[in-house]
Amino acid sequence: MLDGRRAPRRMKNREYQQIDPQALATPPPRPPPEHMPKRARRKWEVFPGKNRFCCDGRIIVARQSGVLPLTLALIVLTSGLFFIFDCPFLVEHLTGCIPAIGGVLFVFVIISLLQTSFTDPGILPRATPEEAADIEKQIDNPTGLSSSYRPPPRTKEVVINQQVVKLKYCFTCKIFRPPRTSHCSLCDNCVERFDHHCPWVGNCVGKRNYRFFYTFIVSLSFLTAFIFGCATTHLALRSQGGNGLVVALQASPASALELVVCFFSVWSIVGLSGFHTYLVAANLTTNEDIKGSWSGKSGNEDVGNPYSYNSIIKNCCSVLCGPMPPSLIDRRGFVPSDDSVQTRPVEIELPAAKNDINMEKDCLDFALSCAG
Amino acid sequence: MPFHNLQELRHSASLATKVFIQRDYSDGTICKFLTKFPAELDSRIERSLFEETVKTLNCYYAEAEKIGSQSYLEGCLACATAYIIFLCMETRYEKILKKISMYIQEQNEKIYAPRGLLLTDPIERGMRVIEISIFEDSGSTSSSSTGSSPSSATAQ
Repeated sequence: MLDGRRAPRRMKNREYQQIDPQALATPPPRPPPEHMPKRARRKWEVFPGKNRFCCDGRIIVARQSGVLPLTLALIVLTSGLFFIFDCPFLVEHLTGCIPAIGGVLFVFVIISLLQTSFTDPGILPRATPEEAADIEKQIDNPTGLSSSYRPPPRTKEVVINQQVVKLKYCFTCKIFRPPRTSHCSLCDNCVERFDHHCPWVGNCVGKRNYRFFYTFIVSLSFLTAFIFGCATTHLALRSQGGNGLVVALQASPASALELVVCFFSVWSIVGLSGFHTYLVAANLTTNEDIKGSWSGKSGNEDVGNPYSYNSIIKNCCSVLCGPMPPSLIDRRGFVPSDDSVQTRPVEIELPAAKNDINMEKDCLDFALSCAG
Repeated sequence: MPFHNLQELRHSASLATKVFIQRDYSDGTICKFLTKFPAELDSRIERSLFEETVKTLNCYYAEAEKIGSQSYLEGCLACATAYIIFLCMETRYEKILKKISMYIQEQNEKIYAPRGLLLTDPIERGMRVIEISIFEDSGSTSSSSTGSSPSSATAQ
């Protein structure tokens, strides 16, 4: 129902096969009209990646979203305990701003988390058969139309900003990956400006949702630190006036729980925020940083990164405040029942056998012209 | 070539082949297409018209992806509202994509369909290629070495 189904296997071969020129010359024999699907299907239903879709394609998540509920539960639980147990005491003894600040941070965290999880990270749709065949033609393959043979890895070189960048061919998606694009094996998609696949968020982090992810970790750092500070203050205030810490803990055990959770999370989250702030300022992705794509070659500072504007402010602005690119996979569009630019639909009635013979002959001509 | 409009093209012509104009990554990851004139279009359309189309498209995309005061404003406003504004408002990029779509439609009607060609909006191909479909008139024998079905009896 709501789960996206996988594409028909014709688009995805288990082993590599030469693209069949028959797919390019003429379309496969068309079924008689009564076999046409009764309702038009939306594109998310035939999406070939491993994502799942909800709300009729409006929401996209990775297949393994297992840890996202845990993330949400931890955040909601800790914040809930904070609002219920710490806030009344602190409002009474300190200021009423505390729940207000906490509330704003909490809202920011939850909204940016949900947006990170449910937004298309910049998935590239797979190549149409004609496109894939065209790419095949451009690449030398002296062994011809053999099947079950994996050709050598294909790369293309481009020069970006006086730097040579290698573009790799993706065998699954049948495209040359644009620069900074990487194939996520968990989601089985090529993602633009691929940063990493985050299990806590249950989605890839890429071009379109990186700003949401960054907002999430920064606001979560502030929230965690804020709750940690408030819980500590709460316990400190309670243990003053002659009571000990033990009495304070007995009076408000929830604060102790919050302290433990926040203490262990604040280091990793603040560290992660710091790391990503560095990446944003240098216009790098986690993927590039881990692989050392632009560093470690000759010990020069950032001279290797061709995408950097060499200005921290400009890098930050372009990554976080740049224009929001559109989703390329058009989840809610309808699958065309007959492609308007392909050979005409069933209006032309031809004897099937005669069509096949001509098709074979034409395909042979075509194949020879490709090879020759 | 006798195609007078897009409707005629779709109903009376058979698809001969498709040409793909690839992306130009020399300026980085911004959306830009190569203006190299493909050999298959040599006999179908003038080079200058083709280059004009691709250059105009490149300009549109450059404008959409431009990082300037308007995009900063949009970005900061979005951040301040926890990006909820993206759910309500159409972004600048989407507005320009609509303009591009109309431009391509206009080009198809005025220039490409009369020559038996059809441009496909790059957004439908994941912004990877500009797909140009080359049609052959179903009545005539195919002049190019492609496999259009010659056995079509009547076109209508």
